[in-house]
Amino acid sequence: MHTEIRKLLTVICEAQLEPRVIADLERLGAHGYTITDARGKGARGSRNAGWDRSANIRIEVVCEAATATAIAADLRKLYYENFAMILFMSDVEVLRAEKF
Amino acid sequence: MNTLDPVVLFFVLGVLAGLMRSDLRLPSAIYDFVTMLLLLAIGLKGGVELSRQPLVELAPQMLAVVAMGLLLPLLAYPVLHYLGRLQRADAASIAAHYGSVSVGTYAVVAAYLTSQSIPFEEYMPVFVVMLEVPAIVVGIVIARGWAAQHQWGHLAREIFLGKGVVLLTGGLLIGWIAGADGVLPIKALFFDLFKGILALFLLEMGLITVSQLGDLRRSGLFLVGFAVVFPMVAALIGGSLGWVLGLTEGGTVVLATLAASASYIAVPAAMRMAVPEANPSLSLAAALGVTFPFNILLGIPLYHAAVRLILPDGA
Repeated sequence: MHTEIRKLLTVICEAQLEPRVIADLERLGAHGYTITDARGKGARGSRNAGWDRSANIRIEVVCEAATATAIAADLRKLYYENFAMILFMSDVEVLRAEKF
Repeated sequence: MNTLDPVVLFFVLGVLAGLMRSDLRLPSAIYDFVTMLLLLAIGLKGGVELSRQPLVELAPQMLAVVAMGLLLPLLAYPVLHYLGRLQRADAASIAAHYGSVSVGTYAVVAAYLTSQSIPFEEYMPVFVVMLEVPAIVVGIVIARGWAAQHQWGHLAREIFLGKGVVLLTGGLLIGWIAGADGVLPIKALFFDLFKGILALFLLEMGLITVSQLGDLRRSGLFLVGFAVVFPMVAALIGGSLGWVLGLTEGGTVVLATLAASASYIAVPAAMRMAVPEANPSLSLAAALGVTFPFNILLGIPLYHAAVRLILPDGA
């Protein structure tokens, strides 16, 4: 089976940022994304999703390496200073490369 | 007279469960639902009352209440910034929280007065809506200035389309259009069950309050003191305004409590987006960790006693 390598970009951030980050992703050329509710603990305290203000989300994007780098740079510039956000990238194998 | 309402005991249960690290937790979807019901029920009640009297008569009162909403954050800011040595953004954000209102606190004072059979102006929810927004604008202007704020359009969306404002205003309009007879079919859900819903809401609020205690420990004594003293000063202003406006004893207590309360729904959401450098855990720790429990456990009976002193004949 033929597979190709793409980047999986995972962003974990405050749920309130969702509309903004989605707009950024689309502007920077992501073809799709998946969002799940998340909770956890980090530098900005426990984010236990007990109520609106403490909820996190996890956004996953599979895309080309250049797009992933562009998104990462943008998100870092826009949100790292003032918001709870982490992101990381990894290589994944995909079957239908044209989708991403 | 000063007996604890059972709904307040639910809050105490939430606090105790939180302190003892119980695994009790209201699923967040249920908490959202309960909040929605409260906001709609409060809006509907006010709207029904509005349908009984011309809006024009209320206009002067509404203007005075908005003026209070603008004044309170302007009073709070210098105290926080100069006395408390908080950074400009943090002080502005906390000031906005304290200038705005807490719908949960309103629900408790309404329940408190009802259970003591003290009548109050049923159109008070209109004031709740009117008090939500002005303080947010003042807070943003203090933190940012008029000129630097190029995204007012974006922010207006954030402020006016937040669920708190939408549901309260929506409830008001529905109640206003439908009138007292029109809302009869939905009365069972929104009015008859109100206290039970409020009890569930307060249970979760107790748990949330405890979750703020860690942040509170880091925020320092000044903020704790502010979160108790400023509401009392604000209640004095609100109570005096109620007296000047000729409200009933109950209405004056409600206005004092509204002035004393600090927002934790509309303002945190708006400030997070408009003034992101302000630390949200400071304002939430103060509003939820101190002021909310203070108001519902001690503040409301205290404001009521004070109003009784001013209006000995029960007006």
